[in-house]
Formats: sequence, structure tokens, C-alpha cells
Amino acid sequence: MKTLLANPVLVKELKLRFRNIKSFSGILFYLVAMSVFVFGFIFLTTSLTGSGFFRPTESFLLFSMMSYIQLGLILFITPGLTAGTISSEREKQTLNILLTTSQTSFQIIFGKMTSSVAFLLLMIVAGLPIYSLVFLYGGVSPGQIAVIFMFYLLTLLAIGSIGVLFSTLIRRTIVSMITTYGTMIFLTVVTGFFLLISLQISQYGNAMPNFSPMSYFWASINPPVVLLTLLQPAVADQILNLATVTFPLWAGYFIFYSVLTAAAIFLSVKRLRVNMHKYK
Amino acid sequence: MIETIGLTKKYGSFYALQDLNLVVEEGHVFGFVGANGAGKSTTFSILATLLQPTAGDAFINGMSVTEKPHEVRAQIGYMPDFFGVYDQLKTDEYLDFYGASYGLKPKEREQLIPKLLELVNLEHKRYDYVDLLSRGMKQRLCLARALIHDPKILILDEPASGLDPRARVEMRDILKELKAMGKTILISSHILPELAEMCDSIGVIDSGKLIAQGSVHEIQARLQHEKIINVKVAGSLEAAVAFFENDPFVSRIVAVPDKGMLHFSYKGTDVQQIELLQKAMAQQLPIRSFAEEETDLEDVFMAITKGADVR
Ligand SMILES: Nc1ncnc2c1ncn2[C@@H]1O[C@H](COP(=O)(O)OP(=O)(O)O)[C@@H](O)[C@H]1O
Ligand SMILES: [Mg+2]
Repeated sequence: MKTLLANPVLVKELKLRFRNIKSFSGILFYLVAMSVFVFGFIFLTTSLTGSGFFRPTESFLLFSMMSYIQLGLILFITPGLTAGTISSEREKQTLNILLTTSQTSFQIIFGKMTSSVAFLLLMIVAGLPIYSLVFLYGGVSPGQIAVIFMFYLLTLLAIGSIGVLFSTLIRRTIVSMITTYGTMIFLTVVTGFFLLISLQISQYGNAMPNFSPMSYFWASINPPVVLLTLLQPAVADQILNLATVTFPLWAGYFIFYSVLTAAAIFLSVKRLRVNMHKYK
Repeated sequence: MIETIGLTKKYGSFYALQDLNLVVEEGHVFGFVGANGAGKSTTFSILATLLQPTAGDAFINGMSVTEKPHEVRAQIGYMPDFFGVYDQLKTDEYLDFYGASYGLKPKEREQLIPKLLELVNLEHKRYDYVDLLSRGMKQRLCLARALIHDPKILILDEPASGLDPRARVEMRDILKELKAMGKTILISSHILPELAEMCDSIGVIDSGKLIAQGSVHEIQARLQHEKIINVKVAGSLEAAVAFFENDPFVSRIVAVPDKGMLHFSYKGTDVQQIELLQKAMAQQLPIRSFAEEETDLEDVFMAITKGADVR
């Protein structure tokens, strides 16, 4: 662990990122926006209902909205942070020198990946106090928050590693960005469409939709759907009842995105440097 | 020691480098000369494990760049022909980063950085941002960076290109210092005179092929089958012209009466040339001066590469 964190690229990138005032103002802006939203919501609900009382159901609604906002942030910011990590070095002509040092390809990719993801992680952690304010009002359990944080972390790593992979494979940062955002949109929006379509097909002729393995698959890799089941475990049970598959949705999500992350990192490491071996 | 055996790089059917065989002994400085696009950077990139050869192999201290690229990287200091620097990083942080990249401990780096900065005359820029340094300074900093893990072998791709004359001299002095430290250096340039002074031997590359190899003198001599000799005479030229015309090695004799001189092409050896002069003196010819015309390395280089074009 210590040797992993003593990674030269990681140390340098963090130094550069946190030297930059923009990074701090970004986090500050996020915290201010988050606070305004939370206090505004509490103020509005208490004054509109006239009860002067913030009920657990309202607290839960607020929590759900914040969870989706954070998921949205992760999905939209991660590609921007990672899809230029390698290609921008190539464009700035610093990559060749980096590749001739005696760092292993894994060290370089790991350093790039963690340093770019660290910023977002810091942002989420910094928002934690505001986020957990909602439990003061009940309706949400600490365990639930922990699970949702693990969900964020996995999503962030998966999208981040895809960004690093495209940045390694594609010469130009702009193309890598577009490809990474495209993949993210595929995973969040297009899988949602596929889910709806496969539900329509399986519903044909039946009163209740039944979850075919196909629809189950699309549901299990769709971040917004999985977040919904984490927020409302009842929804998860319902889907499990309708499905012919007896496998929790979150487990499917976990497996799919872990494999995706591992594969993307593996490929990035493989493709970072040219293969010097001659073709025989 | 650097060795290449049949090193070849093809892009499609185009040979960027063809069957390069080269040996640079330990502690030697080898200058690699060739016009733009001749294949210098291609060769260096392969040696630096950045480019896969199509055929052949290269060895750094006996280790193959294709079989053991990771080990090779630790043995060489490489400076590319074009490179960038990170912005928002200070000179000492820049070196510290690369030191860490070669696995040096923080203590070691702390001790090394001032020494390296002194070697490349950048002590006074230690806390300046790297991207704000001048071109010459960046070039020197990049050289210091290539030295951070104390490699025995340096592969420097046109380290003096794009520098003003003063910065070139500074770079050359540093390279001489490195040579004195016993480093094995492979250095490239598209300008021959720049290298002549400090190289033990030179290879001339053109269109991916090594067309001449040897010491600077050998390469020079190879082209000088004929030299031009200028003779200045006091008084009448006729007697002198008549005398030199008789020599079997003299041809194309031309008299320039206004300047009181004549010049001719000479094919004889150095010894024969001395005898010719002695005979002229014995004849009491009023010779004021007798001198070979200086052919500079630039002309030599032009002649070599032109010869290759014709083929
Ligand atoms: N990626 C590439 N694809 C096709 N041709 C290339 C590529 N890289 C270099 N070349 C060609 O290989 C030749 C040698 O290039 P290079 O080694 O950079 O020359 P030098 O460094 O001597 O100026 C040039 O003709 C160049 O156009
Ligand atoms: Mg070049």
C-alpha cells in the first residue's frame, strides 16, 4: 500500500492539481451549491406545509434527490478528469520521456488513474457532512449511506478506467473525451432504453411485466436503476419477484463494473508502451 | 556499449532505417549525422525502447532492447529531439519527479538535484517554473533529467538543435564534461561541424542507410581524393605555371595574374606534395605562399549525402 501511494506520477499530479486555485474553487462552489440546495429544500418544505416540521418522508426525498445529483456529477465529471490523462501528455510531448523512465506501465496508469479520481473523491467526501445532515431528520440509515458510497466509488472507478483506457488508445484528447462521454451515455441512458424495450417485449400479452434475463441484465448495469434499488430496497425485491433470475441486482452491478474496471486497467497497462518484441 | 545488428524499421514499404550495424565502445562518443528525415530519430527511438524495430536488434550493454526493454531503460539517459515540459512545475520539482520515476529515494534526490543543476548551469533557476525557461535552458534541464539515474549511456537526439550560437557552445561544453566523466554517448545532429570536435567517430546516415563510418579525419579524407592548392608568387606567373604543369599529379591549373597567384588540383599524397614544394624551392621560384584550400566539414557532408542521392 505504501509503495502504491509513493507513486511518482500520483505525487506529482496531486501536487499540480492542488497547487491550482481552480481545484479549490471547484470544491467550494460544489459545497455552496449543495448547502443552498439542502437548506432551501428544508426551508421550503417546512414553510410550505406550515408545520414547521421536517418529516422523515421529506428527509428521504431530499436524500434521494441529492443521491441522484451526486451520481450525475460523478458520471459527468469523471470522463473529463480521466479521458485526457495519457493523451494530453502525448500532445504536450512529455509522454515519451515518461515512458523511457524505469517506472512500470502499471505504476504510470495507476498514478494517473488515482490522481484524477482523487479530486472527485475529495469532492464527495467534502460533501459528506451536508449529505449526512439528512439523517438528523431520520428516514435514512447510516448503512444505506455507506452502501451508496461504495456504489459511487465503483461507478467512478469504472468510468474513470474507461477514460484512462481511451486516453491510452486514442492519440487525441478531444476524440478520447467524446468516446468516453459516449460510453458513459451508453451505460446510463442507452441501457435504460434497452431495459424499457425488453420490458415491452416481455410484457406483450401479459398483465404484469415479467423480467426476462435480458431486461434483468440491462437493469443491473444501469446506474440510475441500481441507485433506485439501493434507495428503495422494496423496488429491488419487486424486480427480483418478477424476474426469473434469483440474483440480487446490486451483485450483478458489482460484478459487471468490477470486471469492466479490471479489464480497462489491464488493457491500458498493456497498450501504454509499444510492444518491443519482434514479430517472428 | 551500444550495438545494433541489422537494425531495420519499415513504415509500409518505406525503409526509415535499413540494416544498421553500429558499435559504440564504452566511453566513446559517436556522432550520428544526417539530413532531416535520414533516420536518426528512428534509430534513437528504437534504442530508447519507444519504437519496435521491423527487423534486427539493438543491445545496450549486451541487453537486447526487444527482449529486455525494462532493464534497458534503467541503463540509458535519453533526450528526444522534441519534448515538452509540465507547466506549473518548478525546476527542482521537475528533476525530483524524474528521480522518483527511476526509484531514487527522497534523500538521494535532494542531494543530486543541486549537483545536476550545477553541471548544466541552472543553479540560479532552481525555483523557477520549468515552462518559463528559455529553449536553451529547457534543453539543458532535459539533459540533467536524463542524467538523474546516473546512466552509463546517453542517447541524445539533436541536443543542440534550435539553439543560438551561445547556447550551442554552452551545450557543447557540458557534453565535453560528460565525455570526461566517461559516459558512452550517442549523439545526433544534422550539422556535421557541430559534432566533429567532440566525437571519437562519426556515422553518416542518409535515407535510412549508414553510408560512411569512421573518425572525423577518415571521413574527411575519404572525400578528398583531390585537394585544391593555392600558390602566391611574387613577380611573373609564367615560370611558376610552367613548373607546376610538369608535375604528373597537377591538373586544372589556373593563373590569376591580378592577384599574383595560381591554383590547381592536386592528386598526390602528402609526401609527394612536400617533394613538389621542395623542388619548387630548389628552382628558386619566388613563392610567397603555398597552401591547401580549407574544405570544411559542411562541404564534406554535402558531398557524401549528394553521392548517396545519385545512387
Ligand atoms: N510514424 C511514421 N510513419 C511513417 N513514416 C515515418 C514515421 N515516422 C518517421 N517516418 C519517416 O521516417 C524517416 C526517418 O525519420 P526520422 O528518423 O525522424 O529522421 P531524422 O531524425 O533523421 O530527421 C522520415 O522520412 C520520416 O518521414
Ligand atoms: Mg530527428
